[in-house]
Amino acid sequence: MSKESLFSKKNRKLLTDPLDDNNPITVQVLGICSALAITVQLEPAVVMALSVFFVLSVANVIVSLLRNLIPSRIRIIVQLVVIATLVILVDEVLKAFVYDVSKELSVFVGLIITNCIIMGRLEAFALGNTPGKAFLDGLGNAFGYGFILIVVAFFRELLGSGTLFGTQVIPLEWYIENGGFYANNGMMILPPMALITVGILIWIQRMKNRKLIESN
Amino acid sequence: MDVNKNTYTFIFAIIMVVVVAAILSSTYIKLKPLQDKNIELEKQQNILSSIGVNILRDSANLIYPIYIKEELIINSTGEILDGSAFDVDLKKELKKDKDNQQLPLFISEVDQEKKYIIPLLGKGLWGPIWGFIALEEDFNTVYGAVFDHKAETPGLGAEINRSFFEDQFAGKSIFEADKLVSIIVVKGGADPADMHAVDGISGGTITSDGVTNMLAERLSLYSPYLQRMKLDNEVKSVMSEMDTVSSIVDSTINYE
Repeated sequence: MSKESLFSKKNRKLLTDPLDDNNPITVQVLGICSALAITVQLEPAVVMALSVFFVLSVANVIVSLLRNLIPSRIRIIVQLVVIATLVILVDEVLKAFVYDVSKELSVFVGLIITNCIIMGRLEAFALGNTPGKAFLDGLGNAFGYGFILIVVAFFRELLGSGTLFGTQVIPLEWYIENGGFYANNGMMILPPMALITVGILIWIQRMKNRKLIESN
Repeated sequence: MDVNKNTYTFIFAIIMVVVVAAILSSTYIKLKPLQDKNIELEKQQNILSSIGVNILRDSANLIYPIYIKEELIINSTGEILDGSAFDVDLKKELKKDKDNQQLPLFISEVDQEKKYIIPLLGKGLWGPIWGFIALEEDFNTVYGAVFDHKAETPGLGAEINRSFFEDQFAGKSIFEADKLVSIIVVKGGADPADMHAVDGISGGTITSDGVTNMLAERLSLYSPYLQRMKLDNEVKSVMSEMDTVSSIVDSTINYE
Protein backbone atom coordinates (compact mmCIF):
# COMPACT_ATOMS: atom_id res chain seq x y z
CA MET A 1 0.00 0.00 0.00
CA SER A 2 1.48 3.32 -1.02
CA LYS A 3 1.73 5.88 1.72
CA GLU A 4 -0.37 8.95 1.20
CA SER A 5 1.04 12.29 2.32
CA LEU A 6 -0.87 13.95 5.15
CA PHE A 7 -1.69 16.95 3.02
CA SER A 8 -2.66 15.23 -0.20
CA LYS A 9 -5.60 16.60 -2.12
CA LYS A 10 -7.92 14.03 -0.63
CA ASN A 11 -6.85 14.83 2.90
CA ARG A 12 -7.14 18.56 2.34
CA LYS A 13 -10.70 17.94 1.26
CA LEU A 14 -11.37 16.30 4.64
CA LEU A 15 -10.36 19.55 6.23
CA THR A 16 -12.14 21.97 3.91
CA ASP A 17 -15.33 20.11 3.05
CA PRO A 18 -17.01 20.66 6.42
CA LEU A 19 -16.41 24.41 6.08
CA ASP A 20 -18.78 24.75 3.15
CA ASP A 21 -20.08 21.83 1.05
CA ASN A 22 -20.62 19.56 4.01
CA ASN A 23 -20.96 21.94 6.92
CA PRO A 24 -22.27 20.07 9.98
CA ILE A 25 -24.72 22.82 10.91
CA THR A 26 -25.91 24.42 7.69
CA VAL A 27 -25.82 21.34 5.45
CA GLN A 28 -26.16 18.33 7.73
CA VAL A 29 -28.24 20.32 10.23
CA LEU A 30 -26.59 18.62 13.22
CA GLY A 31 -25.67 20.13 16.56
CA ILE A 32 -28.54 22.62 16.31
CA CYS A 33 -29.43 22.31 19.98
CA SER A 34 -26.09 23.65 21.17
CA ALA A 35 -26.01 26.26 18.42
CA LEU A 36 -29.29 27.51 19.81
CA ALA A 37 -28.41 27.41 23.49
CA ILE A 38 -25.08 29.17 23.62
CA THR A 39 -25.04 31.75 20.84
CA VAL A 40 -26.60 34.58 22.83
CA GLN A 41 -23.10 35.92 23.49
CA LEU A 42 -19.79 35.51 21.70
CA GLU A 43 -17.65 34.43 24.63
CA PRO A 44 -19.44 31.17 25.50
CA ALA A 45 -19.71 30.43 21.78
CA VAL A 46 -15.93 30.69 21.41
CA VAL A 47 -15.33 28.55 24.51
CA MET A 48 -17.78 25.97 23.18
CA ALA A 49 -16.12 25.96 19.76
CA LEU A 50 -12.70 25.38 21.34
CA SER A 51 -13.97 22.57 23.57
CA VAL A 52 -15.68 20.81 20.68
CA PHE A 53 -12.50 21.31 18.68
CA PHE A 54 -10.49 19.42 21.30
CA VAL A 55 -13.03 16.73 22.11
CA LEU A 56 -13.93 15.99 18.49
CA SER A 57 -10.38 15.68 17.17
CA VAL A 58 -9.12 13.57 20.10
CA ALA A 59 -12.23 11.34 20.19
CA ASN A 60 -11.92 10.79 16.45
CA VAL A 61 -8.31 9.64 16.85
CA ILE A 62 -9.06 7.35 19.81
CA VAL A 63 -12.02 5.67 18.14
CA SER A 64 -10.06 5.32 14.92
CA LEU A 65 -7.18 3.62 16.79
CA LEU A 66 -9.64 1.21 18.41
CA ARG A 67 -11.73 0.72 15.28
CA ASN A 68 -10.72 -2.92 14.72
CA LEU A 69 -11.17 -3.84 18.37
CA ILE A 70 -14.59 -2.33 19.09
CA PRO A 71 -17.40 -4.92 19.05
CA SER A 72 -19.96 -3.57 16.61
CA ARG A 73 -22.93 -4.30 18.87
CA ILE A 74 -21.76 -1.94 21.58
CA ARG A 75 -19.94 0.58 19.39
CA ILE A 76 -22.34 3.44 20.16
CA ILE A 77 -21.81 2.91 23.89
CA VAL A 78 -18.04 2.79 23.39
CA GLN A 79 -18.15 6.05 21.46
CA LEU A 80 -20.26 7.67 24.13
CA VAL A 81 -17.83 6.52 26.84
CA VAL A 82 -14.87 7.96 24.91
CA ILE A 83 -16.63 11.31 24.46
CA ALA A 84 -17.88 11.48 28.05
CA THR A 85 -14.46 10.59 29.45
CA LEU A 86 -12.77 13.29 27.42
CA VAL A 87 -15.33 15.89 28.38
CA ILE A 88 -15.05 15.06 32.09
CA LEU A 89 -11.26 15.14 31.89
CA VAL A 90 -11.35 18.54 30.22
CA ASP A 91 -13.80 19.82 32.82
CA GLU A 92 -11.69 18.57 35.77
CA VAL A 93 -8.50 20.09 34.37
CA LEU A 94 -10.22 23.42 33.69
CA LYS A 95 -11.70 23.49 37.20
CA ALA A 96 -8.26 23.03 38.71
CA PHE A 97 -6.19 25.33 36.53
CA VAL A 98 -8.43 27.85 34.73
CA TYR A 99 -11.37 28.13 37.07
CA ASP A 100 -12.99 31.06 35.29
CA VAL A 101 -13.15 29.28 31.96
CA SER A 102 -14.63 26.25 33.65
CA LYS A 103 -17.37 28.40 35.16
CA GLU A 104 -18.09 29.77 31.72
CA LEU A 105 -18.31 26.23 30.37
CA SER A 106 -20.40 24.72 33.17
CA VAL A 107 -23.68 24.17 31.31
CA PHE A 108 -22.08 23.33 28.03
CA VAL A 109 -20.21 20.27 29.26
CA GLY A 110 -23.39 18.24 29.02
CA LEU A 111 -24.10 19.75 25.66
CA ILE A 112 -20.74 18.61 24.28
CA ILE A 113 -21.47 15.01 25.30
CA THR A 114 -24.82 15.10 23.55
CA ASN A 115 -23.57 17.02 20.53
CA CYS A 116 -24.68 14.90 17.60
CA ILE A 117 -21.83 16.17 15.41
CA ILE A 118 -19.29 14.34 17.55
CA MET A 119 -21.23 11.08 17.61
CA GLY A 120 -21.96 11.50 13.93
CA ARG A 121 -18.30 11.88 12.97
CA LEU A 122 -17.20 8.98 15.17
CA GLU A 123 -19.85 6.70 13.69
CA ALA A 124 -19.59 7.84 10.09
CA PHE A 125 -15.88 8.47 9.74
CA ALA A 126 -13.55 7.44 12.57
CA LEU A 127 -14.82 3.84 12.68
CA GLY A 128 -13.75 3.29 9.07
CA ASN A 129 -10.62 5.38 8.61
CA THR A 130 -7.03 5.64 9.79
CA PRO A 131 -6.17 7.91 12.78
CA GLY A 132 -4.46 10.57 10.62
CA LYS A 133 -7.49 11.02 8.40
CA ALA A 134 -9.85 10.86 11.37
CA PHE A 135 -7.87 13.64 13.04
CA LEU A 136 -8.17 15.87 9.96
CA ASP A 137 -11.87 15.08 9.69
CA GLY A 138 -12.31 16.03 13.34
CA LEU A 139 -10.46 19.31 12.87
CA GLY A 140 -12.45 20.17 9.75
CA ASN A 141 -15.82 19.48 11.31
CA ALA A 142 -14.97 21.32 14.50
CA PHE A 143 -13.94 24.32 12.38
CA GLY A 144 -17.12 24.14 10.35
CA TYR A 145 -19.20 23.96 13.53
CA GLY A 146 -17.27 26.63 15.42
CA PHE A 147 -17.35 29.02 12.48
CA ILE A 148 -21.14 28.96 12.21
CA LEU A 149 -21.47 29.17 16.00
CA ILE A 150 -19.33 32.30 16.14
CA VAL A 151 -21.09 33.97 13.20
CA VAL A 152 -24.51 33.36 14.77
CA ALA A 153 -23.31 34.55 18.19
CA PHE A 154 -21.79 37.67 16.60
CA PHE A 155 -25.12 38.77 15.16
CA ARG A 156 -27.18 37.75 18.16
CA GLU A 157 -24.99 39.59 20.65
CA LEU A 158 -24.58 42.65 18.43
CA LEU A 159 -28.28 43.06 17.60
CA GLY A 160 -29.68 41.66 20.85
CA SER A 161 -27.46 43.36 23.43
CA GLY A 162 -25.49 45.93 21.42
CA THR A 163 -22.25 44.40 22.70
CA LEU A 164 -19.43 42.15 21.43
CA PHE A 165 -17.55 40.00 23.96
CA GLY A 166 -19.42 42.01 26.61
CA THR A 167 -18.10 45.41 25.45
CA GLN A 168 -20.58 48.01 24.27
CA VAL A 169 -20.19 48.52 20.50
CA ILE A 170 -23.35 50.43 19.56
CA PRO A 171 -22.87 54.03 20.75
CA LEU A 172 -24.88 54.64 23.93
CA GLU A 173 -26.23 57.96 22.63
CA TRP A 174 -28.04 56.10 19.82
CA TYR A 175 -30.46 54.51 22.27
CA ILE A 176 -33.99 55.83 22.64
CA GLU A 177 -33.63 56.20 26.40
CA ASN A 178 -30.67 58.52 25.77
CA GLY A 179 -32.59 60.52 23.17
CA GLY A 180 -31.52 58.52 20.11
CA PHE A 181 -33.36 56.31 17.65
CA TYR A 182 -32.10 52.82 18.42
CA ALA A 183 -33.28 49.95 20.60
CA ASN A 184 -31.82 46.49 21.09
CA ASN A 185 -33.87 43.75 19.50
CA GLY A 186 -35.02 41.65 22.45
CA MET A 187 -36.04 38.85 20.09
CA MET A 188 -32.41 38.19 19.24
CA ILE A 189 -31.60 36.90 22.72
CA LEU A 190 -34.50 34.44 22.68
CA PRO A 191 -33.97 30.93 21.27
CA PRO A 192 -36.15 31.20 18.12
CA MET A 193 -33.87 33.84 16.62
CA ALA A 194 -30.97 31.38 16.74
CA LEU A 195 -32.85 29.11 14.38
CA ILE A 196 -33.91 32.00 12.16
CA THR A 197 -30.31 33.24 12.00
CA VAL A 198 -29.09 29.74 11.09
CA GLY A 199 -31.87 29.62 8.49
CA ILE A 200 -30.70 32.89 6.95
CA LEU A 201 -27.12 31.57 6.88
CA ILE A 202 -28.31 28.42 5.09
CA TRP A 203 -30.17 30.62 2.59
CA ILE A 204 -27.10 32.75 1.89
CA GLN A 205 -24.89 29.67 1.58
CA ARG A 206 -27.21 28.07 -0.96
CA MET A 207 -27.40 31.25 -2.99
CA LYS A 208 -23.62 31.13 -3.36
CA ASN A 209 -23.23 27.36 -3.62
CA ARG A 210 -25.95 26.17 -5.98
CA LYS A 211 -25.00 22.50 -5.94
CA LEU A 212 -26.39 22.27 -2.39
CA ILE A 213 -29.93 22.91 -3.63
CA GLU A 214 -31.98 19.71 -3.72
CA SER A 215 -33.38 18.90 -7.15
CA ASN A 216 -36.90 17.75 -6.23
CA MET B 1 -10.19 -12.80 16.45
CA ASP B 2 -13.96 -12.48 16.20
CA VAL B 3 -14.85 -9.14 17.74
CA ASN B 4 -18.56 -9.90 17.67
CA LYS B 5 -18.57 -12.87 20.02
CA ASN B 6 -20.52 -12.37 23.24
CA THR B 7 -17.56 -13.17 25.48
CA TYR B 8 -15.34 -10.71 23.60
CA THR B 9 -18.00 -8.00 23.88
CA PHE B 10 -18.27 -8.55 27.63
CA ILE B 11 -14.53 -8.57 28.15
CA PHE B 12 -14.12 -5.43 26.04
CA ALA B 13 -16.84 -3.65 28.01
CA ILE B 14 -15.34 -4.66 31.35
CA ILE B 15 -11.81 -3.58 30.41
CA MET B 16 -13.12 -0.30 29.02
CA VAL B 17 -15.09 0.51 32.16
CA VAL B 18 -12.17 -0.33 34.45
CA VAL B 19 -9.68 1.71 32.42
CA VAL B 20 -12.00 4.72 32.19
CA ALA B 21 -12.86 4.53 35.90
CA ALA B 22 -9.17 4.39 36.80
CA ILE B 23 -8.32 7.38 34.60
CA LEU B 24 -11.22 9.50 35.87
CA SER B 25 -10.88 8.71 39.55
CA SER B 26 -7.12 9.25 39.62
CA THR B 27 -7.51 12.62 37.87
CA TYR B 28 -10.24 13.53 40.32
CA ILE B 29 -8.11 12.64 43.35
CA LYS B 30 -5.07 14.46 41.95
CA LEU B 31 -6.97 17.63 41.08
CA LYS B 32 -9.43 17.80 44.00
CA PRO B 33 -7.18 19.85 46.35
CA LEU B 34 -6.55 22.42 43.62
CA GLN B 35 -10.26 22.64 42.83
CA ASP B 36 -11.22 22.99 46.49
CA LYS B 37 -8.70 25.79 46.88
CA ASN B 38 -10.28 27.60 43.92
CA ILE B 39 -13.75 27.23 45.42
CA GLU B 40 -12.59 28.52 48.82
CA LEU B 41 -10.83 31.51 47.25
CA GLU B 42 -13.91 32.25 45.18
CA LYS B 43 -16.11 32.21 48.28
CA GLN B 44 -13.77 34.69 49.99
CA GLN B 45 -13.72 36.81 46.84
CA ASN B 46 -17.53 36.83 46.68
CA ILE B 47 -17.91 37.75 50.34
CA LEU B 48 -15.51 40.63 49.83
CA SER B 49 -17.21 41.86 46.67
CA SER B 50 -20.54 42.15 48.52
CA ILE B 51 -18.92 44.94 50.59
CA GLY B 52 -17.48 46.53 47.47
CA VAL B 53 -13.96 45.13 47.76
CA ASN B 54 -13.11 43.78 44.33
CA ILE B 55 -9.90 41.79 44.14
CA LEU B 56 -8.34 39.07 42.05
CA ARG B 57 -9.14 35.61 43.26
CA ASP B 58 -5.49 34.67 43.81
CA SER B 59 -5.05 37.30 46.51
CA ALA B 60 -8.38 36.59 48.26
CA ASN B 61 -6.88 34.60 51.14
CA LEU B 62 -4.50 37.47 51.98
CA ILE B 63 -7.05 40.28 51.87
CA TYR B 64 -9.98 38.39 53.39
CA PRO B 65 -8.75 38.59 57.04
CA ILE B 66 -8.14 42.34 56.68
CA TYR B 67 -11.83 43.04 56.13
CA ILE B 68 -13.71 40.16 57.72
CA LYS B 69 -13.45 40.46 61.48
CA GLU B 70 -16.00 37.95 62.77
CA GLU B 71 -17.56 34.79 61.43
CA LEU B 72 -20.65 33.99 63.50
CA ILE B 73 -23.19 31.22 63.42
CA ILE B 74 -26.66 32.11 64.67
CA ASN B 75 -29.92 30.18 64.86
CA SER B 76 -33.44 31.10 63.82
CA THR B 77 -34.24 32.60 67.23
CA GLY B 78 -31.27 34.91 66.92
CA GLU B 79 -28.91 33.27 69.40
CA ILE B 80 -25.22 32.99 68.64
CA LEU B 81 -23.88 29.43 68.37
CA ASP B 82 -20.33 28.05 68.50
CA GLY B 83 -18.34 27.59 65.31
CA SER B 84 -17.15 29.52 62.28
CA ALA B 85 -19.49 30.74 59.56
CA PHE B 86 -17.01 29.97 56.80
CA ASP B 87 -17.29 26.21 57.42
CA VAL B 88 -21.10 26.12 57.27
CA ASP B 89 -22.33 24.32 54.17
CA LEU B 90 -25.52 26.17 53.24
CA LYS B 91 -26.63 23.35 50.96
CA LYS B 92 -26.80 20.98 53.93
CA GLU B 93 -28.42 23.59 56.18
CA LEU B 94 -31.18 24.28 53.66
CA LYS B 95 -32.32 20.67 53.88
CA LYS B 96 -32.89 20.95 57.65
CA ASP B 97 -35.96 22.33 59.42
CA LYS B 98 -35.99 26.09 59.72
CA ASP B 99 -35.54 25.89 63.49
CA ASN B 100 -32.47 23.65 63.31
CA GLN B 101 -30.54 25.52 60.65
CA GLN B 102 -27.17 27.04 61.42
CA LEU B 103 -27.16 30.52 59.92
CA PRO B 104 -23.75 31.89 58.96
CA LEU B 105 -23.12 35.61 59.36
CA PHE B 106 -19.94 37.47 58.44
CA ILE B 107 -19.14 40.75 60.13
CA SER B 108 -16.74 43.00 58.29
CA GLU B 109 -15.31 46.41 58.89
CA VAL B 110 -15.11 48.99 56.13
CA ASP B 111 -14.03 52.51 57.07
CA GLN B 112 -14.56 51.76 60.76
CA GLU B 113 -18.18 50.82 60.08
CA LYS B 114 -19.47 47.33 60.54
CA LYS B 115 -21.22 45.58 57.66
CA TYR B 116 -23.21 42.41 58.21
CA ILE B 117 -22.93 39.89 55.37
CA ILE B 118 -25.59 37.23 54.93
CA PRO B 119 -24.93 34.33 52.53
CA LEU B 120 -27.82 33.35 50.25
CA LEU B 121 -28.70 30.15 48.43
CA GLY B 122 -31.80 29.38 46.39
CA LYS B 123 -33.17 27.94 43.17
CA GLY B 124 -32.95 29.48 39.71
CA LEU B 125 -34.36 28.05 36.51
CA TRP B 126 -31.80 25.35 35.76
CA GLY B 127 -29.93 24.98 39.01
CA PRO B 128 -28.88 26.66 42.23
CA ILE B 129 -28.30 30.39 42.53
CA TRP B 130 -26.47 31.97 45.44
CA GLY B 131 -25.05 35.24 46.63
CA PHE B 132 -24.18 37.48 49.55
CA ILE B 133 -26.04 40.53 50.77
CA ALA B 134 -24.33 43.06 53.03
CA LEU B 135 -26.34 45.20 55.46
CA GLU B 136 -25.33 48.50 57.04
CA GLU B 137 -25.02 49.00 60.78
CA ASP B 138 -28.74 49.87 60.96
CA PHE B 139 -29.54 46.23 59.97
CA ASN B 140 -31.96 47.56 57.38
CA THR B 141 -30.19 49.35 54.53
CA VAL B 142 -28.45 47.19 51.94
CA TYR B 143 -24.80 48.09 51.52
CA GLY B 144 -24.19 45.78 48.55
CA ALA B 145 -25.12 42.45 47.05
CA VAL B 146 -23.56 39.88 44.74
CA PHE B 147 -25.17 36.94 43.03
CA ASP B 148 -23.99 34.00 41.04
CA HIS B 149 -25.46 30.88 39.52
CA LYS B 150 -24.54 27.42 38.38
CA ALA B 151 -26.34 27.05 35.10
CA GLU B 152 -28.72 29.90 34.29
CA THR B 153 -29.30 30.72 30.60
CA PRO B 154 -26.40 32.81 29.24
CA GLY B 155 -27.51 36.29 28.26
CA LEU B 156 -30.78 35.92 30.21
CA GLY B 157 -30.93 34.60 33.77
CA ALA B 158 -27.15 34.36 33.88
CA GLU B 159 -27.02 38.17 33.94
CA ILE B 160 -27.78 38.20 37.68
CA ASN B 161 -24.03 38.14 38.30
CA ARG B 162 -23.50 41.37 36.34
CA SER B 163 -22.97 44.66 38.10
CA PHE B 164 -25.95 46.41 36.42
CA PHE B 165 -28.21 44.00 38.29
CA GLU B 166 -26.29 43.76 41.55
CA ASP B 167 -25.70 47.50 41.92
CA GLN B 168 -29.44 48.17 42.10
CA PHE B 169 -29.59 46.60 45.56
CA ALA B 170 -27.33 49.10 47.31
CA GLY B 171 -29.37 51.62 49.32
CA LYS B 172 -32.59 49.57 49.31
CA SER B 173 -34.05 48.55 52.66
CA ILE B 174 -35.34 45.22 53.84
CA PHE B 175 -37.59 46.35 56.71
CA GLU B 176 -40.71 48.49 56.54
CA ALA B 177 -41.08 49.84 60.10
CA ASP B 178 -40.61 46.59 62.04
CA LYS B 179 -41.86 44.20 59.38
CA LEU B 180 -39.47 42.32 57.11
CA VAL B 181 -40.52 42.89 53.48
CA SER B 182 -37.24 41.88 51.81
CA ILE B 183 -36.49 43.09 48.28
CA ILE B 184 -38.51 42.04 45.27
CA VAL B 185 -37.14 41.68 41.74
CA VAL B 186 -39.88 43.11 39.53
CA LYS B 187 -40.55 41.94 35.98
CA GLY B 188 -40.82 44.82 33.54
CA GLY B 189 -39.08 47.33 35.81
CA ALA B 190 -39.53 48.60 39.34
CA ASP B 191 -40.51 52.06 40.51
CA PRO B 192 -37.17 53.72 41.40
CA ALA B 193 -38.76 55.27 44.49
CA ASP B 194 -39.75 51.85 45.85
CA MET B 195 -37.27 51.00 48.60
CA HIS B 196 -38.06 47.30 48.38
CA ALA B 197 -37.92 46.57 44.64
CA VAL B 198 -35.36 46.36 41.84
CA ASP B 199 -35.65 45.81 38.07
CA GLY B 200 -35.80 42.23 36.82
CA ILE B 201 -34.03 40.87 33.76
CA SER B 202 -36.04 40.60 30.53
CA GLY B 203 -36.19 36.98 29.45
CA GLY B 204 -34.90 35.85 32.83
CA THR B 205 -38.14 35.99 34.78
CA ILE B 206 -37.81 32.63 36.52
CA THR B 207 -34.26 33.41 37.62
CA SER B 208 -35.40 36.86 38.80
CA ASP B 209 -38.22 35.27 40.80
CA GLY B 210 -35.64 32.85 42.20
CA VAL B 211 -33.65 35.81 43.52
CA THR B 212 -36.81 37.27 45.10
CA ASN B 213 -37.68 33.98 46.80
CA MET B 214 -34.12 33.36 47.93
CA LEU B 215 -33.90 36.81 49.57
CA ALA B 216 -37.29 36.48 51.25
CA GLU B 217 -36.59 33.00 52.57
CA ARG B 218 -33.06 33.56 53.84
CA LEU B 219 -33.72 37.00 55.33
CA SER B 220 -36.81 35.75 57.16
CA LEU B 221 -34.60 33.28 59.05
CA TYR B 222 -32.25 36.06 60.11
CA SER B 223 -35.15 38.34 60.97
CA PRO B 224 -35.22 37.63 64.75
CA TYR B 225 -31.50 38.37 65.01
CA LEU B 226 -31.77 41.49 62.87
CA GLN B 227 -34.82 42.73 64.82
CA ARG B 228 -33.03 42.28 68.11
CA MET B 229 -29.91 44.04 66.87
CA LYS B 230 -32.04 46.88 65.51
CA LEU B 231 -33.68 47.20 68.91
CA ASP B 232 -30.28 47.20 70.59
CA ASN B 233 -29.22 49.95 68.20
CA GLU B 234 -32.27 52.05 69.05
CA VAL B 235 -31.72 51.56 72.78
CA LYS B 236 -28.08 52.54 72.33
CA SER B 237 -28.95 55.65 70.35
CA VAL B 238 -31.58 56.65 72.92
CA MET B 239 -28.98 56.09 75.65
CA SER B 240 -26.41 58.17 73.85
CA GLU B 241 -28.98 60.90 73.26
CA MET B 242 -29.75 60.84 76.94
CA ASP B 243 -26.03 61.08 77.58
CA THR B 244 -25.77 64.15 75.39
CA VAL B 245 -28.86 65.64 76.97
CA SER B 246 -27.44 65.11 80.44
CA SER B 247 -24.06 66.47 79.40
CA ILE B 248 -25.75 69.51 77.92
CA VAL B 249 -27.64 69.88 81.15
CA ASP B 250 -24.37 69.42 83.01
CA SER B 251 -22.61 72.01 80.94
CA THR B 252 -25.51 74.44 81.33
CA ILE B 253 -25.35 73.95 85.04
CA ASN B 254 -21.62 74.51 84.95
CA TYR B 255 -22.09 77.57 82.85
CA GLU B 256 -24.50 78.99 85.34
